[in-house]
Amino acid sequence: MIRNSYFINIIRFVLLVLVQVLVFNKLNFFGYINPMVYILFLYWYPIKEKRSLFLLLSFLLGFLIDLFSDTVAIHAAATVTIAYLRPTIMRFCFGVNYEFQNFKLTNTTKAQQITFLTLLIIIHHLVFFTLEIFSFENTLLILKKALTISIATLILCLLLSSLFSVKKE
Amino acid sequence: MRQIINFILRYKNFLLYLFLLIIALAFTVQSHSYHRSKYFNSANWLTGNIYETTSNITTYFGLGEENKKLVEENKRLRNLLFNQKKEDSILLDTTNITYKVIASQVIKNSYSLPRNYITIKKGSAQGIKPDMGVITANGILGIVENTSKNFATVQSILNTKSRINAKIKNTNHYGSLVWDTKDYNTVQLADIERLVPVKIGDTIVTGASSSIFPENIPIGVIKNFDLNNSQSSYSIDIKLFNNMAAVKSIYIIENIQREEIIELEAKTNNDSQ
Repeated sequence: MIRNSYFINIIRFVLLVLVQVLVFNKLNFFGYINPMVYILFLYWYPIKEKRSLFLLLSFLLGFLIDLFSDTVAIHAAATVTIAYLRPTIMRFCFGVNYEFQNFKLTNTTKAQQITFLTLLIIIHHLVFFTLEIFSFENTLLILKKALTISIATLILCLLLSSLFSVKKE
Repeated sequence: MRQIINFILRYKNFLLYLFLLIIALAFTVQSHSYHRSKYFNSANWLTGNIYETTSNITTYFGLGEENKKLVEENKRLRNLLFNQKKEDSILLDTTNITYKVIASQVIKNSYSLPRNYITIKKGSAQGIKPDMGVITANGILGIVENTSKNFATVQSILNTKSRINAKIKNTNHYGSLVWDTKDYNTVQLADIERLVPVKIGDTIVTGASSSIFPENIPIGVIKNFDLNNSQSSYSIDIKLFNNMAAVKSIYIIENIQREEIIELEAKTNNDSQ
């Protein structure tokens, strides 16, 4: 059972990196919209696993995407930030019952799941575009990019997560 | 001591987060100021091979279009060749050659970021070195920044760090080519003085004061320009000849005399100090 979950996560990791760099980084919708669907890895990652390993994995995920897209370490910084903030966001979205032993993402309501995903995406994109543009003169541009690309990412993540969702018992 | 250990244990996740974030930020900030780290780019073995494999598959879908472009270019070059009115024997002495051209292909293109890099086939094993110029049949593309054994990354002209010497065709008014990140088919020409006559539709080509590109490589045409009273120089928008979203076949230019020029300049700087 445990080995099975490791296996699934490794496959997910590799597939999300490949899909991100080979498909979604080349989308360039309206010239600049490239959704970042690899955030789904952090959305799907088991809750009860060790946090330090999760942080390291997130860093590695971001860093691989950076290698492919020549952005040095911007993806890594943004991803590690949401990985660190994930428990806080979860407590905000799901209330105290996320700390219970039998808590599962599939048991929560659709609205809670969407809020969780939206918060992950928005924080990630804000950190990402602040670092990418790297000047406070362009705050408006940062907000505009973060907002439009967040919406695109959210839509695609929702589609993908409903496509590959674990069946409810 | 125990308290310190307890503190570390309690906040180990936060400390790990801080550590990873600082690594990431250090790389990023360093890359903003100078050349990026030599190893963390898409010219390495893993990313290069993955991009090459996918590009080998996807190029099949554009072969017809690509052929048409190449035939068009051949036609233009043959026109030039047949109408040359000089003596019919060309000197083939290697001492007369300044520029060498290497052909290659793009395996990863990018134009939606503020700092765009293009990954190309061929690297140090095929004689590609950093700071070589890269052009397409239509115009200028960028400058080689990093190389690995079989791949290289090119700093696109669509990069806020890029500054390439350019001039208005048939004049001696030089400026530098920059990009304001807004539109991937438009770049800006800075530092053209307000006394210079500028017209919409004028052609912009590379200038002579660069040791990377030969003179008179086409860049684009002036789309519109603006001259405020307070400014001492124009702000000029240039529409590129290249379609930056669809570059495939490229040429890399090596200036054989470049090392000599750099050596000489370094020597001059040392002497004057």
